[in-house]
Parts: sequence; structure tokens; C-alpha cells
Amino acid sequence: MRSPSWFRAVLAGIVTDLALENWQEAGFGLYLHWPFCAAKCPYCDFNSHVSRSIDQEAWQRAYLSEIDRYAEATPGRVLDSIYFGGGTPSLMDPALVGAILDRISDHWTLGNNVEITLEANPTSIEAAKFAGYRAGGVNRVSVGVQALNDADLRRLGRIHSVDEAKQALALAKSTFDRVNFDLIYSRQDQSLDDWRAELDQALDMGPDHLSLYQLTIEEGTAFGDRFAAGGLRGLPGDDLAVDQYFLTQELCEAAGLPAYEVSNHARPGEESRHNMIYWQAGDWIGIGPGAHGRLTLTGRRIGTETPLSPTEWLKTPGESAREDIPLDEQAIEYLLMGLRLREGIGLERLKSRFGMALDPQKLNTLLELGLIELDGPTLRTSREGRPVLNAILRELLSD
Amino acid sequence: MTDLKHIRNFSIVAHIDHGKSTLADRLIQETGTVKERDMQAQLLDSMDIERERGITIKANTVRIEYTADNGEEYILNLIDTPGHVDFAYEVSRSMRAVEGSLLVVDSTQGVEAQTLANVYQAIDADHEIVPVLNKIDLPASDCDRVAEQIEDVIGIDATGAIQVSAKTGQGIHETLEAIVTELPAPQGNADAPLKAMLVDSWYDAYLGVIVLIRVIDGTLKKGERIRMLSTNAVYPVDRVGVFTPEMKPVDRLGPGEIGFLTASIKQVRDTRVGDTITHERKGTEEALPGFKPAQPVVFCGLFPVDNAEFEDLRDSIEKLALNDASFSFEMETSAALGFGFRCGFLGLLHLEVIRDRIEREYNIELITTAPSVIYHVYMKGKDNEPGEMIELHNPADMPDLSKVDHMEEPRIKATILVPDDYLGDVLKLCQDRRGIQLDLTYAGSRAMVVYDLPLNEVVFDFYDRLKSVTKGYASFDYQMEGYREDNLVKMSILVNDEPVDALSTMVHRDRAEMRGRAMCEKLKDLIPRHMFKIPIQAAIGGKVIARETLSALRKDVTAKCYGGDATRKKKLLEKQKAGKKKMRQFGKVDIPQEAFISALKMDN
Repeated sequence: MRSPSWFRAVLAGIVTDLALENWQEAGFGLYLHWPFCAAKCPYCDFNSHVSRSIDQEAWQRAYLSEIDRYAEATPGRVLDSIYFGGGTPSLMDPALVGAILDRISDHWTLGNNVEITLEANPTSIEAAKFAGYRAGGVNRVSVGVQALNDADLRRLGRIHSVDEAKQALALAKSTFDRVNFDLIYSRQDQSLDDWRAELDQALDMGPDHLSLYQLTIEEGTAFGDRFAAGGLRGLPGDDLAVDQYFLTQELCEAAGLPAYEVSNHARPGEESRHNMIYWQAGDWIGIGPGAHGRLTLTGRRIGTETPLSPTEWLKTPGESAREDIPLDEQAIEYLLMGLRLREGIGLERLKSRFGMALDPQKLNTLLELGLIELDGPTLRTSREGRPVLNAILRELLSD
Repeated sequence: MTDLKHIRNFSIVAHIDHGKSTLADRLIQETGTVKERDMQAQLLDSMDIERERGITIKANTVRIEYTADNGEEYILNLIDTPGHVDFAYEVSRSMRAVEGSLLVVDSTQGVEAQTLANVYQAIDADHEIVPVLNKIDLPASDCDRVAEQIEDVIGIDATGAIQVSAKTGQGIHETLEAIVTELPAPQGNADAPLKAMLVDSWYDAYLGVIVLIRVIDGTLKKGERIRMLSTNAVYPVDRVGVFTPEMKPVDRLGPGEIGFLTASIKQVRDTRVGDTITHERKGTEEALPGFKPAQPVVFCGLFPVDNAEFEDLRDSIEKLALNDASFSFEMETSAALGFGFRCGFLGLLHLEVIRDRIEREYNIELITTAPSVIYHVYMKGKDNEPGEMIELHNPADMPDLSKVDHMEEPRIKATILVPDDYLGDVLKLCQDRRGIQLDLTYAGSRAMVVYDLPLNEVVFDFYDRLKSVTKGYASFDYQMEGYREDNLVKMSILVNDEPVDALSTMVHRDRAEMRGRAMCEKLKDLIPRHMFKIPIQAAIGGKVIARETLSALRKDVTAKCYGGDATRKKKLLEKQKAGKKKMRQFGKVDIPQEAFISALKMDN
């Protein structure tokens, strides 16, 4: 269980003096990227590839050697979270997942409440592997449902149906301790009422955690190209999109799953510990093609990056870049990630660990506009401020 | 010195793109004046901007030696004149320096408005005119129709028009012969006191100011001391010479000849186009007629995008002004744009040329404010006495209305030639711009429309609109017609309740609401949404006449942001920060630089 917030607040006060490392303060996780998908979705700009033959043993060797290498650099740490992301990690053999988890627990002490998440697609083939993942140690799945409407699933390039997704979710619930599922909204031709009905249906399924993303058209994706060419009609304008966003807050709150981050909702205590590490500027190891990591080692904050190409990474697993992140950039990262959270950031930590003090005049301006809230040493975005976070960041970080 | 009978001085009158420069190149080539290997297309247009835009800005000259069919040797002096209305005064001076003109008309297009303006200048200067029909190699060429049009519209005999293809060289020899046989030789007296016309001048980094002159009477030699009649300034002559087109020194220049002098003159400002040059002693006291200094008619503010470049901008403007007496400038401070210069130009093309040269040759990014004209503001006097008149160059300087008696604005006489299919659109455009129709005649399927228009309705986007409503088929020219009283007001624009000085404009009272609404709507689109809502208002004095509200930004957040996204997100913020630098902060509002010009463009 996560410590109650009052306790963390007290702890934060002591932390300054004791100068806890980021990993002690905000957690330590391991992210492992599986870059393959059965089919590429047109909206997705993640590092994913479609490949017919995957040598799972070769991938195992590469992952294990990287795990060994990072273990040497971080002795004595307690691991709070392991996350299999992708791509579609539910295409991994359960044996491969099990071997990876075994090797990890050989090296690090796992926290009492360690969260071990695997992203899964809700097809029947993948659902059939759930028991295997459970046996290997996975205790949480995040299912990419994306829509509860078959026509829209097809538009989104998904290869499962709503029925399949529901069956997979039911199986996931009976197999794992914790289950999340993703939906994409603000889709083409989706009215406010359409979304209300769909979200009601999702909440009726009794989830403990929901990731609800507004469709974003990214450059370099199939949707991006179509949009640039004048296609992809029927996307909502900003006003409808914001109305849909606020409706989402309302319905989820009423169902007992308030937003704890811009796009993430959970019953209190069911928040994704892994993602909290990112948002609270903890430490994490990034393994696999295109994975990023952040590690505090001998007082320096290191950013790691690996080659994007799966074949290249497999040839020489490891990093393509490793650099010291200067203090001012650490502060910016803490701000831009931390302000996504409803709990906000600690101004003390921002100052003492990252050396940044925010301009009181700018804070005042934002306060007057009702976009932020100051609660003692805590700065957080307001309900109205969160959907314009980028503008808030521009204001706070402007010269 | 060449005897007068063997000199011919001429210019070429043509519309842009009708092939004036190419024809000049051909004449030079045909006579072997420039060796084949030194030929470069459009030899006489030496500035990049001139070549690119296909226009001539400065008068250029070349001396061509030609052995005619009669076996005698002639000196043919060609002055290539600016073809654009902005430089009409320079054209008129150049015309006075020669005795004849080739009227070059594109035989696929026909006579254009600019051709008319320039050919009338040639007629005013008593020129003998030889019509030349160019581009006869093109399939669309129609010499009979165009010759008829020349007779109809211009009223000169075009039966003997020479048919030329400057591209293939056909008709070039005939053109040279016509120059010799049809144009008159200059007249003058070598024994009379020196009288020479200052045709043009420009700055050369090595030689100082180079003065292009036409000798009327007397002779000029190196080492003599000359006097400028308008200023009485005296200079010792360092060099005299001719253009071949390279500068070639000669011993002396006599009557009828065209050439240059240098005389340790530091600034182009010290030489005035149209001035009379004579000897310091025993000179003439009789000035050539029609001298007037060039007056800027269009004004705008030029501000550096990056405020740190203000001193660089000052440098570049001072350097350009050294070589351009018609361009004026003074420092201007704008609350919105910081430090810059209020600059005066002969017209819009002149403005664009100077702006392009600053951006290109000096590498300074500029914000250009809306062009404005000079208004005459008559103040109220005491005890029924008339008050003083103020020349208003910048709407921001408009005095308090309660102290103003009345105002006058400059008017122009505009001549537009347009295929009759587009006539209705052109008439509507002119009416919308407060025009008064003076004349409407037809020449074939083309209409010639003459309008009296306020200059301020023309300086901004009139020409763009004209081109767009006629799909580029209209041609346009104008001349200044003096000042007239009208009901003019200063319209201010308030963004987030603060006046933005750089967006103030002078408008006619009757059109203020419409303009104000259009500007507010434009600005609403041009200014990005902020975190708060922004009222945009147009006002006359304290009275708001139009209002729009730019609603607050409601959505700007990244939906997905996990471990791998921090780096990307950081870069995006950096990029947005750089983008913000291209905006001008006004109070709490960031206004993109292009808004200062785009807001004024009218779509109707």
C-alpha cells in the first residue's frame, strides 16, 4: 500500500534534511520495452513494429544481460515496480516474462507491494496467456480496450471486437490482483452524449483503474498523414474536446475513480505505482529498444536512451546515449511531469533538490486566473488548469 | 567629343515584362559593345532585386558605338529608366536627358497602364517615338491588333512599327537603323557656358558618388571646378567618362553627350536629380526647368524583430539612405514594438525594395507596420484666425481631436487598364475604396478606367486586390493629385483594454465601423488564445466602434506523458519558447509579428 498523503508530507519535510535520493523519495522502477505488435495502429506513435518471426530466446538473452548490467550499477536498492510496455507485451511468451522476472528478483529486493504490470491486447489468443503471466509473477495488467464500439475499433485499426475485449477483461479480473483498461475518446464523429454513454458503460464494468486518453493526432503516424492531407474529418474542436474532458472528470469522480493525473483515474490506493515514479521524478531503468531511463547515481541524475531499432538494439543491447541531466532540466522535468498529478509538486523539493524557485508574480497571475492552487508548500493545477497545463508551464518557465 | 550630328540619345518605354531589358541587351550585343563572354542577362539591372523582380530601379546608361548602313559612325546613348510609378520623377528627369524613345510593346499583350504613364512622359518631353512590337516569335503575337491599339490609345502612328524578337534577334538591326534615321540629333553649343543636367547619382565604395550627366551646352573636363545650381556647392572634378557599360574615362564631355563625373562628393544626398551643373566661374545662371526634389509619399515603421538589432538596423538604414535621397527616416518608439524607424518612401514598391534590401543585404528580420500617407492636419486657431498646419506621418502622433479644425488627405489619379470581363470588379473595388470615377473608355476589348482615389486607400493592399479580382490582367498606374479635405479620424485598436499604437490607422469616418470590425475579426484569428479571454476593440477617441472577444484557451495538454516522453516534452517547451520570441508582448498579451500587417488586409 502507498503511504497516506499526510505521512508523505511529513516525510517530505524530513527528506530535505536527510537528502533522500530520488529513488528513495519517489520510488525505483524498471521499464522493459517489447517493440512488437500484431498490427500497427494508425494513431500510435510509440516505438512498435510488426514482425513475422521473433526469436524470443535471443530477446531473452539481450534482456537478461541488460538486467545484469543495471543491477551492478544499483546495488542494494528496493524495486517498487516492474512494467512490461510496448508494442504489445502480451505477444511475449509467458516463459520469457517469467525468466525476466526471475532474473530481476535475483538481483534486487522487491518491495512488499511490488507492482508488476504487463500491457495486453484483449484478443482471445492473448487472454489465453494470462494464467502463464500470473504464474510468472505479473500481478497487474493494463488492457488496451480503446473503444466500446466495433465501428470505432475498426477505425482505430484495432483487431479485436468489443465482445472479445469484455471477455478478456473478465478473465483478467479473475486472474490478476489489479486491472486497468485504456479508452481513447474525442474520436471522429463522437458527440458528448456518445462519450457519456460509452464511459457509463465502461464504469459499469467496475474497473479500479482507467486510463482515458483524448485522441491526439501525432506527426509521423498514419492518422497524422491523413490529417495533414485534409482527411480524418469529424474530429472534435477544442470546445467539444474540453467538454468531453470535463464530463470525464465528472462521471469518473461520481463512480469513485477520480483523476489522479491528466488522463488517469483510479479508486484511491489503486493508482499505478509505476507511472507515479515517472510523474514524481523517481528513478527507473529503461531496457529494450527506444527505452528511456532516469537514474540517480553518485549524486548525478543520468538520462539513458537506447537505439530505437529493434534489430540494432538486439545486436548490441544497451544504451545509445547516456548523459548527465543538468539541474535546471531536472527541475523542468519535475515540473512538467509533477503538475500532471492532482497532488501536484512540492515547492521545497523543487528548490532543495532541483534548485528552482518559481517567480511569485507568475504564480500570482496563475492563481488569479484560477489555474493553479497553492497549498502550503504544494503547488498543483486546479481542475480548470489541468487541461491547459502546457500554457501554465510556458508561463512558469518563460524568461 | 563627338559632333552633334552623330549622336542619338534615347530611352526605352515599356511595361514590366514587355522585354525592355532584353531588348537593351540585344542592342548592346549586336553592336559588339560588350564581348559575348561578358554578356549576362539583363546587363543593365545590376541589383539582385532588380533582376529578380524584373524591374529597373536606378537609371542606367550605356554608350553604344554603331556604324550605320550609310557608313557613318554614330554614338547611341541609351538611358534605361525605371519603369515603375514610384520612380516617376526619376523617369521624367531621364526623359529630359534624351531626344527620343523606343516604345516597346509586347505584341502578345498590348498596351498597359504603365506604358501609358511613361509614354506620356516621353511625349511631354517632346520625344520622337519609334514603336517597337516585341516578342513576335511567340504564337500569341498579334502585331496588327497591337499596332491599332497603340494608335487608338496613345494616338501615335504605328504603321511603321518595327517587329522585333529580342529573344531571337529578329528586327534588332532595323531598330538600330531607326534610332539613327528617325530620332533627332541633339542640339547644343560647345562654346556656351557649361550647362549639364544631373540625371542620376549613386554611391560607389571606391569612387564616392558617381553622377550621371547629360551635357546641354559647353564642355566638361577633368580637373575643372563645378557648381551645383540648387545648392551652390562647388566640387573639383576627379574624372569624366562614359559607360560602355563599364566606366571608361574620357578627356571631355561635350554638348549632346551623356556620361559621368566624380568629384569627391560624399553623399548621394548632396546631388539632386534634375539639378543643373555648371562651371564654378563663368558658368550659366540659367537653371534647367522642372527641378524638384523627390518627396516621400508613403510612410511606415520598420522595427527589428529582435530588439537587440536596433543599432544594426540604424546602420543599414543610414547606409541605404546615403545612396537614396528619396528615402527618409527618423527614429520612432512604439510601446508595442520598441525602437525602430519611421521611414518615408516614394511608393509601395520603393518601400518593398528598401525593406527587402535591409532583410537580405544586412540580414535583419523586420516588422513592418501598416503604410500610411501624409495627412495635413489643420489646427484650430485663436480668435477665428486659421491655426497651423501639421503634416502627420504617423497616426500615433494624431493630435487631440478637439484642437483639430479639419484634415486633408492626398488624392491620386489612377489609370487602370482591364479586360472588360473584369470591369465590374474593378469598378466595385474603386468605389469601395472611396474612388470617384473620372473617365471610362474602351480600346478594343479593354477598358481604360480613370479614378480619383485617396492615396491611403491605395497604399496598402489595393494593388494586391486589383491583381486578385482581375486574375492579374489589370494594369495600374497613378499620379499624385494634391490634397483634399475629408472626414478623417484616427482609429485605435485596444487589445485587452490597452491601445496598441502600432495598429492605429487613419480612416474615413463613414468607413470606420466596417474597417474596425474587419480588423477586430482579423486580430481574433491572428492572436493565439491565451489563458484568459481577451477583448479586442476598435475605438475612435474614447468611443468603441467594434468589439470581438478572443476566448480563453481551454485545451492545451499532452494526453499521454510517461517515462519516455519527458525528453520530448522538454524539447517541445523549448520550441514554444523560441516561438514566443517571435511575438511582441503587449501588456499580458503576445501578438505575433505578422499581425501588425495582416490585420489591415481587407478581403473585400
